[in-house]
Amino acid sequence: MSAVETTPAAGMPRTGQPLLRLENVVKHFPITSGIVFQKKVGAVRAVDGVDLEVYPGETLGLVGETGCGKSTLARVAMRLFDVTDGKVWFDGKDITHVKGDELQALRRDMQMVFQDPYASLNPRKTIGTIIGAPLRLHRTVSKQKVKPEVQELMRLVGLNPEHYNRYPHEFSGGQRQRIGVARALALKPRLIVCDEPVSALDVSIQAQILNLLADLQSELKLTYLFIAHDLSVVKHVSTRVSVMYLGKIVELGDKEALYDEPKHPYTGALLSAVPIADPHLAKQKNRIILEGDVPSPINPPSGCRFHPRCYKAQERCSVEEPLLRPLGKPGHIAACHFPLEARIIEGVPEIEPESTP
Amino acid sequence: MPDPLLEVKDLKVHFPTEDGLVKAVDGLSFTLKAGETLGVVGESGSGKSVSFLTVMGLIGRKSAIIEGEVLFQGQDLVQMTNEELREIRGAKIAMIFQDPMTSLHPFYKVGDQIAEMILAHEDIPKKEAGQRAVEMLRRVNIPQPDERAEQYPHEFSGGMRQRAMIAMALSLNPDLLIADEPTTALDVTVQAQILGLIDRLQSEFNTAVALITHDLGVVAEYCDQIQVMYAGRIVEEGTADDIYYRPMMPYTWGLLRSIPRLGHELDRLTPISGSPPSLIFLPDGCTFSPRCPYVFDECHVVEPDLLPVDGHHAARCHLSLEDRERIVRDEVLATT
Repeated sequence: MSAVETTPAAGMPRTGQPLLRLENVVKHFPITSGIVFQKKVGAVRAVDGVDLEVYPGETLGLVGETGCGKSTLARVAMRLFDVTDGKVWFDGKDITHVKGDELQALRRDMQMVFQDPYASLNPRKTIGTIIGAPLRLHRTVSKQKVKPEVQELMRLVGLNPEHYNRYPHEFSGGQRQRIGVARALALKPRLIVCDEPVSALDVSIQAQILNLLADLQSELKLTYLFIAHDLSVVKHVSTRVSVMYLGKIVELGDKEALYDEPKHPYTGALLSAVPIADPHLAKQKNRIILEGDVPSPINPPSGCRFHPRCYKAQERCSVEEPLLRPLGKPGHIAACHFPLEARIIEGVPEIEPESTP
Repeated sequence: MPDPLLEVKDLKVHFPTEDGLVKAVDGLSFTLKAGETLGVVGESGSGKSVSFLTVMGLIGRKSAIIEGEVLFQGQDLVQMTNEELREIRGAKIAMIFQDPMTSLHPFYKVGDQIAEMILAHEDIPKKEAGQRAVEMLRRVNIPQPDERAEQYPHEFSGGMRQRAMIAMALSLNPDLLIADEPTTALDVTVQAQILGLIDRLQSEFNTAVALITHDLGVVAEYCDQIQVMYAGRIVEEGTADDIYYRPMMPYTWGLLRSIPRLGHELDRLTPISGSPPSLIFLPDGCTFSPRCPYVFDECHVVEPDLLPVDGHHAARCHLSLEDRERIVRDEVLATT
């Protein structure tokens, strides 16, 4: 595990033991055939051996394409799915197989914010009921105190507490996401898993939610596992960033190191594919266009899983699977036999507004 | 200079509803030349999709009140009958949509769907149309196009479905391709493939492209001309350099300051306060005034015109040019 220890990022000292630790986590979904007698004919290897540590107070970003297993990984960490193999530790305790009351107690410490603020709120319940549901279920406060507590939460996330009795359809997308955040905060969790929390929102609203999450983090000392496919958003919110490809972490490092000097060709390709909202900078960047699509996780390629699409692949890549190893700055690890050396995105060009005609 | 390919003059699209008149597009004017790429940026509800659906003649005249002119190669599309429109739709103006799964028919083979489009406009044998469909699939880089043409949409990945849509849209070599959020549902790597493909085919076919998106990154990389839309009208238009290095409208500033941008890292984003206005009860004066941090008295009374800043760069704002230049220099570019 020592490979993952990194220098503390500014303002966020990374102390001692991780809050969440995944140890060689594997999650396979069986594929069965037959109607009466189902037999297993294969498995979707959604998560296939992941080691990951999330330290208290940090935001760990997790990026990857659709189907790379990032949401499955989050659900495994939350104990919403049982692992096929491996271990999950929370605050130094093995939670891989906890059940019943113990699991219930664990849920208080880890909550989730979902992508779609339309689908994740019950349209037939008032938002007072929605935000108060965790309080009622876990009985952390007495019945009479639920309403004032919920209204306090609403104030905290920037909603008008007088809207307690309104229904989700009366709110805009951004406000709904605030409701989702308030619900996640109700039990005063220590870890919040944000699964694409802003991808369904309009650009001008995204910033409001991102700022809210940042404020809550410093106010309530929260730890985030932040999943998104938008690399600019992930860079903005994260302390460290990990890149996932086909069920495995291929690169992890402090965000500056990872974005400035990516080591894994896949990270390089992802970065080069991000449209940059700056015409000059966009023209300067190294363009790497990946061919084809992500292979099926049912039958992943041999050796390095990225080799069929990799522009640097050599014979060794199809035979020998590269392991995560330290590369570049301390705490920066990547799984590649032939790591990148060049930068993908150059620094900001100096633009003088006066110089334009 | 040749006549513009598309000229929209004071287009208004209003939908009568039980709650009142929804002014989805309210006084839109612009021109698009052959071979040019126009980026249309705006949030949901800014009217960017409705205006181009109107250009395609896809807004039902029974459900909407359409005023103004849409001149395509000199002919007014708004005045055309459905039969006349059908001649143009597909053959001269083609459109691709955000969600390629819902735009392809799940029951028919992909090749047949492309061939159907060709057969609707050209009197050629079915077999030849099929061959042309395969050829189009090849041109959009679909591997083994002859086998793929025999498959159904569910057998394609998201990126391939969007390629198939592009193949269909370009199969009759249209003069104008309208791409409505073509990559929003796709991963970044696939997005780069698709946008690169549109870019390449555009120069091959000399097609004009209207790229509708909410992503400021996408327009920065691929568009010559950019329109920023807000509440049914254009609030700023200009070249990419104008919009990114010398924006002249507070809404554009707000957009640039509220997104995390690679290469321009900020500790904190500056969101635009409030939410977009209701299209039924538009605010008096400037539509952006309720959310604008630089608002003053006049903004609540008179709507500013889209006035030229220089060349083709124009913006709607009451602030004096000097003030705006100062704000851009000291606040907007300094913080982005």
